Amino acid sequence: MTDENTIADAIESTKNSKKVLVLFAHPAQTRSEVNVPLFHEAQLNKHVTAVDLYAEYPDFNIDIEREQQRLIDHDVIIFLFPLYWYSTPSILKEWQDLVLEYGFAYGHEGTALKDKLFLCALSAGGKEEAYQTDGFNHYTIKQLLQPLEQMAQITHMTYIAPFALFGSRTAQEEARVHEHRGKWTTLLNKLTTHTLDLEKAKRVENLADLCNSKGE
Amino acid sequence: MTGYFLYAFIYLVAAVIAVPIAKRLGLGSVLGYLIAGLVIGPIFGLVGDETVAIQHFAEFGVVMMLFLVGLELEPRSLWAMKSKLIGLGGLQLGLTTALITGAAIGLNQPFGISLTIGLIFALSSTAIVLQTLQEKGLQKTEGGKSAFSVLLFQDIAVIPMLAFIPLLAIPELIAAGSTQGGDTGSHDNFNLVEGLAPWASGLVIIGSVALLTVGAHYLSRPLFKYVAASGLREIFTATALMLIIGIAALMGLVGLSPALGAFLAGVILANSEFRHELEANIEPFKGLLLGLFFITVGAGINFSVLSENPMLIAGLTVAVMVVKAFVLFVIALIFKIKGTNKWLFTLSLAQAGEFGFVLLSFASQNYVLPSDIISVLSLVVAISMFLTPGLFILFDKAIIPRYKNATSQRADDEIDEKGTVVIAGIGRFGQIINRLLVANDVNTVVLDIRSEQIDLIRRIGTKAYFGDASKPDILHTAGAHESALLVIAIDDRETAAEMVKYAKHAYPNVKVLARAFDRGHGYRLRQLGADYVVSETYHSALEMGAEALRSLNIHPFLVERQKMAYKNIESQQNDVLYHAWADDASGERVDNNYLKLFIELESLIENALKADLHDKHSRMRGWTPPPKGYADKLAPDEKPVEKTN
Repeated sequence: MTDENTIADAIESTKNSKKVLVLFAHPAQTRSEVNVPLFHEAQLNKHVTAVDLYAEYPDFNIDIEREQQRLIDHDVIIFLFPLYWYSTPSILKEWQDLVLEYGFAYGHEGTALKDKLFLCALSAGGKEEAYQTDGFNHYTIKQLLQPLEQMAQITHMTYIAPFALFGSRTAQEEARVHEHRGKWTTLLNKLTTHTLDLEKAKRVENLADLCNSKGE
Repeated sequence: MTGYFLYAFIYLVAAVIAVPIAKRLGLGSVLGYLIAGLVIGPIFGLVGDETVAIQHFAEFGVVMMLFLVGLELEPRSLWAMKSKLIGLGGLQLGLTTALITGAAIGLNQPFGISLTIGLIFALSSTAIVLQTLQEKGLQKTEGGKSAFSVLLFQDIAVIPMLAFIPLLAIPELIAAGSTQGGDTGSHDNFNLVEGLAPWASGLVIIGSVALLTVGAHYLSRPLFKYVAASGLREIFTATALMLIIGIAALMGLVGLSPALGAFLAGVILANSEFRHELEANIEPFKGLLLGLFFITVGAGINFSVLSENPMLIAGLTVAVMVVKAFVLFVIALIFKIKGTNKWLFTLSLAQAGEFGFVLLSFASQNYVLPSDIISVLSLVVAISMFLTPGLFILFDKAIIPRYKNATSQRADDEIDEKGTVVIAGIGRFGQIINRLLVANDVNTVVLDIRSEQIDLIRRIGTKAYFGDASKPDILHTAGAHESALLVIAIDDRETAAEMVKYAKHAYPNVKVLARAFDRGHGYRLRQLGADYVVSETYHSALEMGAEALRSLNIHPFLVERQKMAYKNIESQQNDVLYHAWADDASGERVDNNYLKLFIELESLIENALKADLHDKHSRMRGWTPPPKGYADKLAPDEKPVEKTN
């Protein structure tokens, strides 16, 4: 009887849970200290599909059909990447160029992504105070990611604040990776169980501030 | 003559029946041989006194085994073992000898006899332990390596023991012996150093070891090359046998251990390109002779002596094994050998060994031990060897499970270790593969049948070996069973196909990457189970075609895209074509359906590439701008802001 219950529970939880697609882009994974652990964490969650874009398309020959189907099959789309020149690594740009076709993602009949949730999860080498209008980088991370915000808007997706880790080059030495990983787990759980406060998530500067580090 | 055939038949039948059963029951082949011997010897009495003579002959298997062990050890790694060899081995031998000697004195034996017994029981069985470690794949573990160090030290120590034991001779026994007028003196009629003065015999011994070293190092290579060039496989086998028997004879002549000489020769040849071919040739002889040796140990168990004083013999056997295990355990603690390795080390060496028999008969010839003690001790040696497979089973069933949880947590650490790659064929194709792998710190084992090619490759610093990779035994000795990948890049269609078939059959877990000559050959390799097949000309031809387009001033990036499109369609249609090819069972492998599909593929590629070129929405999508005037159709709030010119 417990068996039947667990199966029923499982079916129920799958029905109610949101499906999350993590598109991970890191061109130098042997040297990654933050993103690879987060990617592995995402792989452990059964409601999350974690895709390593550089592994699947090492020659950038992206399978458009397959990527579009993946988008259709999921409710939440996450770009997971280290910030390179204030933007994504090049394969994510390539992915946008190829996959978000006219007539699919935008344009007259392009409504395939309507009402899906979109967010960025990124690590930035600079410190948090550098990403301020009066700081070294002159713009906040939210401002720098505006092209992606507009991409989400024109494809009819809901855009929320990025989940960011600043000072990532020293995060390992300062033992901040573990805490960040916990917050990431919390975020993924909140997304799959649909318990994230979306209004708040749109307003804050960094989603990480909304998640506790215990991985609940 | 018929009598010999009859005996040989009995031995072989016993082995053929008992060993597979023992193996299937998880007892290991050694116990199978021992039981076979027990059945044909003491139980049914099918074989008799000739077992002792056969045993001397079969001990040659131990010589071959040490040669093979030597082949696996390069001089450098042997040198790296030196502290372990002397530390572990010396301590084991010293402590065990001391304890057993003490115990024998406690049992009212005179000192000379006690010391001899101590020395005999300090030795362990190289034959059983190495064979079992190999069979269970434990020889590379910390415990296996430590056990090997001790065994090697013991094998070396046998030489001074043989010199030392005659000094312990008992005067009364000598007197009794000479009145009987039995064959006194040496056990061996051929001995160069016997009549010589100590300094002269020392010189002869050093000279012959030098001869062996220099000969193996400098003369063997031209010899093997000459023989390999003849292309006659059996002559190569004969050469390998000649080498080992020659060494054994030379060592015998100067009174050294043949096993040690063979080991030395093996170490010297470990760097040679002929290593794997040698291994493959000697391996079957070694296996059979060792098996024979184990059978004779089983057959030699004397039930009448056993039934006269069963308690004494059982007690002695248990006592010897407990003392040996205790010493090993203490040494493992001293040398910080941890976890399962500690137990492997303790249990694997807790028996007496075949050199024990040698020393016993030697002690008897030199009037060191009285015959009643010898018959009892022989039984203790034999039974302790008999019980060794049981200790390995204990290790498997009781020790490993206890540590399983502990080790699974540490499994993460070992993920980084990449497996080795066996590359068959190091011609123009294999070389590039090898270079790429080696540059990425992947261990490769390269095999080729052309010895001049191997010579060339070795000169530029690649580890390459002479050997016919299509021969199963060569593949095995090259380590195909332990490798992660097998790359087949040999220059012969048929052999390549046979290799794929054999490799997938013998090593289903090893991934096979095969080079094909053309489409048909590629399909054949795929059908035989190759995991990845590529035609040798495909990628280079595609590159050349791309260069041709670029030379015609077509934009390089468009050329790159066209190449991708070609590859995509090719790989999609390849499956369809393959199935059409496979469905047709006719010999030519090209029927109408296949041809039709092939033509279809050609036109598909053509259409796809053309469509892209002419800005149509083709199968190859990507970087396609939205249609002209699309911005007007966008909803007002999404309308892009018009540029003000």
